[in-house]
Amino acid sequence: MAQDRPTASELLAAIADLLRDEVTPVLDKAEPRLGFQMRVAVNSLAILEREARLGPVADARERERLVKLLGREAALDELNRELADQLRAGARDERDAALMAHLEATVADKIAIANPKWK
Amino acid sequence: MTVHMPAEAETVATALARAAGRHFGVAATVEGLRRESGGASRQTWSFDAIAGGSRHELVLRRDPPSQREASGPDRPATALDRATEFRVLAAAHKAGVRAPEVLFELTSEDGLGDGFVMRRVGGIAIARKLLRDAPYETARGKIASQLGEILARIHATDPATLPPLVTRDAAGSVASLRRGIDVLDRALPVFELALTWLDRRKPAAPAHPVLVHGDYRTGNYLADESGVTAILDWEGAHLGDPVEDLGWVCVKSWRFGAVDKPAGGFGSRDQLWAAYERAGGGKVDPARAHWWEVFGTVRWGIICHQQAWRHLSGAVKSMELASIGRRAVETEVDLLQLLKETA
Repeated sequence: MAQDRPTASELLAAIADLLRDEVTPVLDKAEPRLGFQMRVAVNSLAILEREARLGPVADARERERLVKLLGREAALDELNRELADQLRAGARDERDAALMAHLEATVADKIAIANPKWK
Repeated sequence: MTVHMPAEAETVATALARAAGRHFGVAATVEGLRRESGGASRQTWSFDAIAGGSRHELVLRRDPPSQREASGPDRPATALDRATEFRVLAAAHKAGVRAPEVLFELTSEDGLGDGFVMRRVGGIAIARKLLRDAPYETARGKIASQLGEILARIHATDPATLPPLVTRDAAGSVASLRRGIDVLDRALPVFELALTWLDRRKPAAPAHPVLVHGDYRTGNYLADESGVTAILDWEGAHLGDPVEDLGWVCVKSWRFGAVDKPAGGFGSRDQLWAAYERAGGGKVDPARAHWWEVFGTVRWGIICHQQAWRHLSGAVKSMELASIGRRAVETEVDLLQLLKETA
């Protein structure tokens, strides 16, 4: 059952705005240590806002690529474990173009959520 | 001492006055005691000791008793205890390294846990300010070279003057990161890819292992308007490949946004290496330096997971540590870039 508006992303953005614009300046004056912690929290809320918006599609695409790469159906975590095992054993490496395309796409989707400004 | 001083500070001040009196050989008082940083398990305090009419600007570094965090995946058994750190700092300072001068150790009668006292050095460690604020404009032009020079001194420390330290080579370091992933019990394909790449290209262990700082990077040294004043955070010190430190200081995460300046955010690799060689460090092999930079990037990525694990495992409750877990992907971006550059 769909929830009513605001969506998770909209609600998280509203909370982050309040904490950043109104609460942090007050904390910075009263208790700088908590002001710093609040900045970390606001940053994490921004990550969650992007994750709520972009995460489901990113996960689905990642699983789809892994199914193609590994040639079998399974849950995302199980497929990633199989890939990690292959990479540790050296059964695949950086010369494998399909592997590298998958990793590039996965990491691009992850950084777009965790820290889009990273370069 | 003011009546408003919190109980912990009051205990520390009383014990420090006694310890300082013991060291200076005259009754001492403590002024301006202030907690600088650190978690519950590793603390830094600054204070002045007044002894025999002289004022001594000092710093206490200690692990409080009974606050020791259960050893976790991020606390390798090889991290130095305070007594060993004291002896490494003493040896490095004597060898002419810009490191704080250590004065005396705490004893069990002090009741402050394990720790030692050193002279306070001016400067700040905050990368963001050093990289961007106006007062450090001149320093910014010097720091890359200074980091190279100081590192050559560290590596030239006579091993005979050091306490027993573990020796780590490239092979052992790769194995240790893989064990780190196993403890986390997570599937981390990009790190596995990079570790296999590293494993296949391991440089030979140096014939003569040297004192390696182990965490030589922007954020772990003090600098003022004239540049670097003191190298801090020696608890990762060990014997090994000198190029390990040269690779670590260039890891992109330590550029704090100044991505086009690999040497800690302040200069080029060539500047760093030239200064290192001029100051008596060995000739830097670019391939070996690249290997250690890739290694350092994986290492920081796994440390991010381990920091988050300290919270997730229940060892400490910390939103700040938890959030570091989401920084690991930054190193995945960097690793794919580094491996592409090599291809």
